[in-house]
Amino acid sequence: MIKQFIKSREALLVLAILILLGLISTRFSGFIAPQNMASVFQDTSILIMLALGQMVVILTRCIDLSVASNLALTGMVVGLINVAAPDLPVPVLLLVAITLGAFLGAINGILVWKVDIPPIVVTLGTLTIYRGIIFLVSNGAWINAHEMSASFKAFPRYELLGLPVLSWMAVVTIILFYLLVVRTPLGRAFYAVGGNPHAAVYTGINVGFTRFMAFVIAGAISGVCGYLWVSRYAVAYVDIAGGFELEVVAACVIGGISIAGGIGTIGGAVLGALFLGIIKNALPVVDISPFWQLAISGSAIIIAVAVNARSERKKGRIILKKAEHAQ
Amino acid sequence: MSNDFTARNIPDRLTSRDQRALKSWETLLVIIAVMVFVINALSSPYFLNPWNLSDATFNFTEKAMIAFAMAMLIVSGEIDLSVASIVALASTAMGFMMQAGFDTPTLVLTGLTVGVLCGAFNGVLVTRLGLPSIVVTIGTMSLFRGISYIVLGDTAYNGYPSSFAFFGQGYVWWVISFELVLFVIFALIYAVILHKTNFGRAVYAIGNNPIGAKFSGIRVERVKFILFLLTGLMSGIAAVCLTSRLGSTRPSIAFGWELEIVTMVVLGGVNILGGSGTIPGVVLAALIMGMVTFGFGLLNVPGIVMSIFIGLLLIAVIALPRLWTMANAARAGRKA
Repeated sequence: MIKQFIKSREALLVLAILILLGLISTRFSGFIAPQNMASVFQDTSILIMLALGQMVVILTRCIDLSVASNLALTGMVVGLINVAAPDLPVPVLLLVAITLGAFLGAINGILVWKVDIPPIVVTLGTLTIYRGIIFLVSNGAWINAHEMSASFKAFPRYELLGLPVLSWMAVVTIILFYLLVVRTPLGRAFYAVGGNPHAAVYTGINVGFTRFMAFVIAGAISGVCGYLWVSRYAVAYVDIAGGFELEVVAACVIGGISIAGGIGTIGGAVLGALFLGIIKNALPVVDISPFWQLAISGSAIIIAVAVNARSERKKGRIILKKAEHAQ
Repeated sequence: MSNDFTARNIPDRLTSRDQRALKSWETLLVIIAVMVFVINALSSPYFLNPWNLSDATFNFTEKAMIAFAMAMLIVSGEIDLSVASIVALASTAMGFMMQAGFDTPTLVLTGLTVGVLCGAFNGVLVTRLGLPSIVVTIGTMSLFRGISYIVLGDTAYNGYPSSFAFFGQGYVWWVISFELVLFVIFALIYAVILHKTNFGRAVYAIGNNPIGAKFSGIRVERVKFILFLLTGLMSGIAAVCLTSRLGSTRPSIAFGWELEIVTMVVLGGVNILGGSGTIPGVVLAALIMGMVTFGFGLLNVPGIVMSIFIGLLLIAVIALPRLWTMANAARAGRKA
């Protein structure tokens, strides 16, 4: 078992993160202080949650590019509700966020399942549509910090056992996803559908429905993150989290989740997100311009996908030598 | 503009040429284009002004030039999401050379060279290392634009030489801009390449069945590599036009174009999974998207609301024919 772990993708990522932290600490030793690591984790929480949602979608051979737009739309709606009814308790708002997010995800899912449109086209479309609807519901106006109620803003910052609620949300999400993926038939189905859709049909799995569920789950996560994002940064406007969907996909790819479906682990997705989060937080303290971040995460994606391809190729069973070669 | 270019459909019952043309995707697009044109003309008195129409063409010419190459790439079963970032990097390189004191010909050459090099980089990663193009180009999308950000940060390059302005602001004759002429020329070139040459036939073959194509003697990797080079080159050309038109370079230049270009290609009837699609379809899609954007602009509709419409259009044009087929199949099933 230990031998298996050492060879695994997660071990490689842990090693990469440790080397990264080592390099950073030579320039600025305060970075690896527990307190700072906790704040890095808090800053990466939303990315971790979204990466987990994206992971189940990618496992089923789909992709969801609309997560950031979903997040922004849900965040704006929740913000507007808070402005209209400041007394509404946060759990109710959370419920609204989850429901709306899941609904937006279900629209993607239905189009993929029932109308059979390629997921990348569906979510490319809903990416612009959801983003546009934010403008319609808000009239392009911002919701600023002073318009939000105190409890609305305080929730993700509330400290529990030394960690803010935002970090705990990520921890709970990780546990829930672990249970979902490893302990339920649906989790098994995600892998089966992505690994071999035709075989999945013959084993009695409803491929379309499984994909639909993946989109609903990713949507629900985006909805929760929408509330967390808006309350954490205490501002909502049309362009929040613009382009964040690519960072989410990047976290998954770095975490070893195969874009071809069927391969990937919870640990990988979390570590991939943490890797990006650490880079993002470390750049300013080691005196590298934050403008380097984009190029660094781009290079990380390319290297990660090259490593992925290599490890997948090794695992592949060659049934027809010539055909395999031809590909 | 008929369907007989699409290699996938080998009909078991030959319908007449006219009948097929009537049912084709391009016909649907022509009808939509005419509708958009008429609605625009009726709803705004400023639409039918030649100069306004000429201005409207700038909404799509640069994007469409990239879309032609992208269409071929998607037909072959690959995709390039880094095109907008190639535009940014090529534009940054041109700005850099301009600051170093070089004149227009060198600037243009720089833009094109950077475009080709970026395309080659994508091509090597996809064809030599065998990586999936969608992930590779998401990576290079960050990388190329990231380099622009490293070079420029929050500053911008201004002060391009006045002779450089012609590419984006020049007019060849009356209201016909240089960019529009370039658009027409490239539309013709790409239509000929894809529909009238062996190379184009190979592109369809690869998109339909890469392994079959390989066994029939097509050099799959080489064709794909050339397609990535072409996409890079077209992005370089678009970068020259856009930089010349704007007269400045910021790292955020052409941000989000990759999605608009893919939308244009898919709206044009190219199957996102590869294997079918035509250049005339892409030309029509470019016209429709350009006219919709411009017409809404005249009516003071904000850009973000237009994007809702483009998104709905993208999903609707793909969903409706499928729903139609499904409804037909269900009806036939009930009868039998």
